[in-house]
Amino acid sequence: MTTVRVLSEQCTGCGECVASCPVAAIEMRGASALITDICTACGICVTVCPVEAIEMEHVAPAARPSAPSHGVWVFAELHHGRLVGVSRELMAAGRRLADRKGTELTALVFGAAVEQPARELVALGADRVLGAEHPLLELFHDDAYVEAFMALADGQHPEIMLCGGTVLGRAFFPRLAARLGTGLTADCTSLEIDAESGILLQTRPAYGGNLLATIACPDRRPQMATVRPKVFPAGAADFSRTGAIAIRRDLDGVIRSRTKVLEVLEEVVQTVNIAEADVIVAGGRGMGAAENFALLEQLAKALGGAVAASRAPVDAGWVPYARQVGQTGKTVCPKLYIACGISGQVQHLVGMQSADVIVAINKDPQAPIFSVATYGIVGDALEIVPLLIKALHLYKN
Amino acid sequence: MKIIVCIKQVPDTVHVRIDEKTGAMEREGVPAIVNPYDLYALEEALRLREAHGGSVTALTMGPPQAEAALRDAIALGVDEGCHLSGREFAGGDTLATSYALAKGVEKIGGYHLILCGKQAIDGDTAQVGPELAEHLGVPFLGFVRRVREAGIGRIVVERMTEEGADVVESSLPAVVSVVKEINTPRLPSLKGKMRAKSFKATTWNAAALGADEARLGFAGSPTKVVKIFHPEARSGGEIIAGAPAEVAARLAEKLRSLGVCR
Repeated sequence: MTTVRVLSEQCTGCGECVASCPVAAIEMRGASALITDICTACGICVTVCPVEAIEMEHVAPAARPSAPSHGVWVFAELHHGRLVGVSRELMAAGRRLADRKGTELTALVFGAAVEQPARELVALGADRVLGAEHPLLELFHDDAYVEAFMALADGQHPEIMLCGGTVLGRAFFPRLAARLGTGLTADCTSLEIDAESGILLQTRPAYGGNLLATIACPDRRPQMATVRPKVFPAGAADFSRTGAIAIRRDLDGVIRSRTKVLEVLEEVVQTVNIAEADVIVAGGRGMGAAENFALLEQLAKALGGAVAASRAPVDAGWVPYARQVGQTGKTVCPKLYIACGISGQVQHLVGMQSADVIVAINKDPQAPIFSVATYGIVGDALEIVPLLIKALHLYKN
Repeated sequence: MKIIVCIKQVPDTVHVRIDEKTGAMEREGVPAIVNPYDLYALEEALRLREAHGGSVTALTMGPPQAEAALRDAIALGVDEGCHLSGREFAGGDTLATSYALAKGVEKIGGYHLILCGKQAIDGDTAQVGPELAEHLGVPFLGFVRRVREAGIGRIVVERMTEEGADVVESSLPAVVSVVKEINTPRLPSLKGKMRAKSFKATTWNAAALGADEARLGFAGSPTKVVKIFHPEARSGGEIIAGAPAEVAARLAEKLRSLGVCR
């Protein structure tokens, strides 16, 4: 159990901690801060106290007897029978963690036909692939996925389990974690092995991306995480690698589903899913009108990217919600993000500030977007973007 | 149709400002609100009640002041509010929280449908819904943007995917988490506000729920926060200034040197 306490003799009563507490658990009592019952022991106040008057006391919870666990398992997601991008990225990340721990990397793959992706998973670094083939596994059915996992695991206890932070992953893994009675960290952006304890350190954005939190699951296994797409680089496939492939095709009667996908609606006109795009051209209120997004389409085409938007154009009906970046939309992590006429409210920044390179084009030199931009241009996006398209075509030729 | 809506009181992040010097969150004066996604869940529950009859119960877990969230739900037209409150619930991660909510749902009993927002804006995990479904042993439908049909024992929804949506049929009871596309939440009515004034929540602690305290709150949470830190500030960017045609040409040159231009 962790508790946070104030060393009242050191506290200067400055109130920094009161302002920093995300759950309003700190009050000023006279000249000293007081931590109230609603404290969640997040530790933010410890980091902000200028005089180190707040400390965290960690009393190790009683170790639970848990069966020995080993191995890193990656759940590889298929879409139309092909591996999704984040699954390739996780194979590289999982390989690194497995090597670090001196253990083997197992890939799990579910679908109607998994032979081909299973071979690709070996090429991407799997020592072993556990596959499950069944008509119910072609599309996502949460009951069937959890039961297929239990059938494949068959009493094995993985130490670490990873899955992409996709719509599927973020519904399947929580259900599985609850079934296994273990912890799960959502949408991680960094995974490391603690040198001393060998525990998986899982880092994710917290409080709207303004802070990062490192989470651990010290006592229970597996240690589970969903991982944000585009954070880890995908490795190259090496088809000369060898690995064991075991595919179960006898799951009739073993798995069941109380849900049934009746129809699949594919609506994204452009084939690019913004969460997987390497280049994103995004427009905000400053684009002025729906028809001006055609400019961004042209720029995106010139760069081989996808078009996205901040909240305002979505609310105005200029752009579909599936393309919204930010707190109430998607979180993206492309190599290049070009923000056109986006002021950069914190709700937008949390969705895109981990892009490798950010270009901001905005009329207002005070716009917050410039504080995260690698390159900033103070100007009207409607004027700059056509010139940029022209310049890019010149370069091409 | 008996519907339970799980809601959470959260700090209104729209009002959270970051101190530029220290990078700390300035939380002072930040109001506590009902998690915005939960408002869509409440609205959908009220619409389903209007269409099919039945009742809507709001369920929350949190410190004593979280009762305000239930009062807001009552003002919107919810029939009842239940509050899981007690020191034993504090500091729970998603596994412990979903376990507590499952015990609360079982205590309310007799439900057909549980609705919740897709995620809370303070935690952003989106894990409590599916974990709750697993504890209760019922199906989970996440990121739902439309309820097409609902009846006793059966529901058909549109579940958002990366490319569009899946039309999914499920048996009831089930847990459904909703996205903002699903509806436009109503404002509280005058009558609702009056009711909210005199509203007193049904409050349960762990003992009242018959919950295993070892599975609740901080003690029952497998995940622990190791540290919280500030992301590395992005290095000061370069402002490209000049005439529009010139800056466009220079930017094109930069993009080309990055190798992102095809």
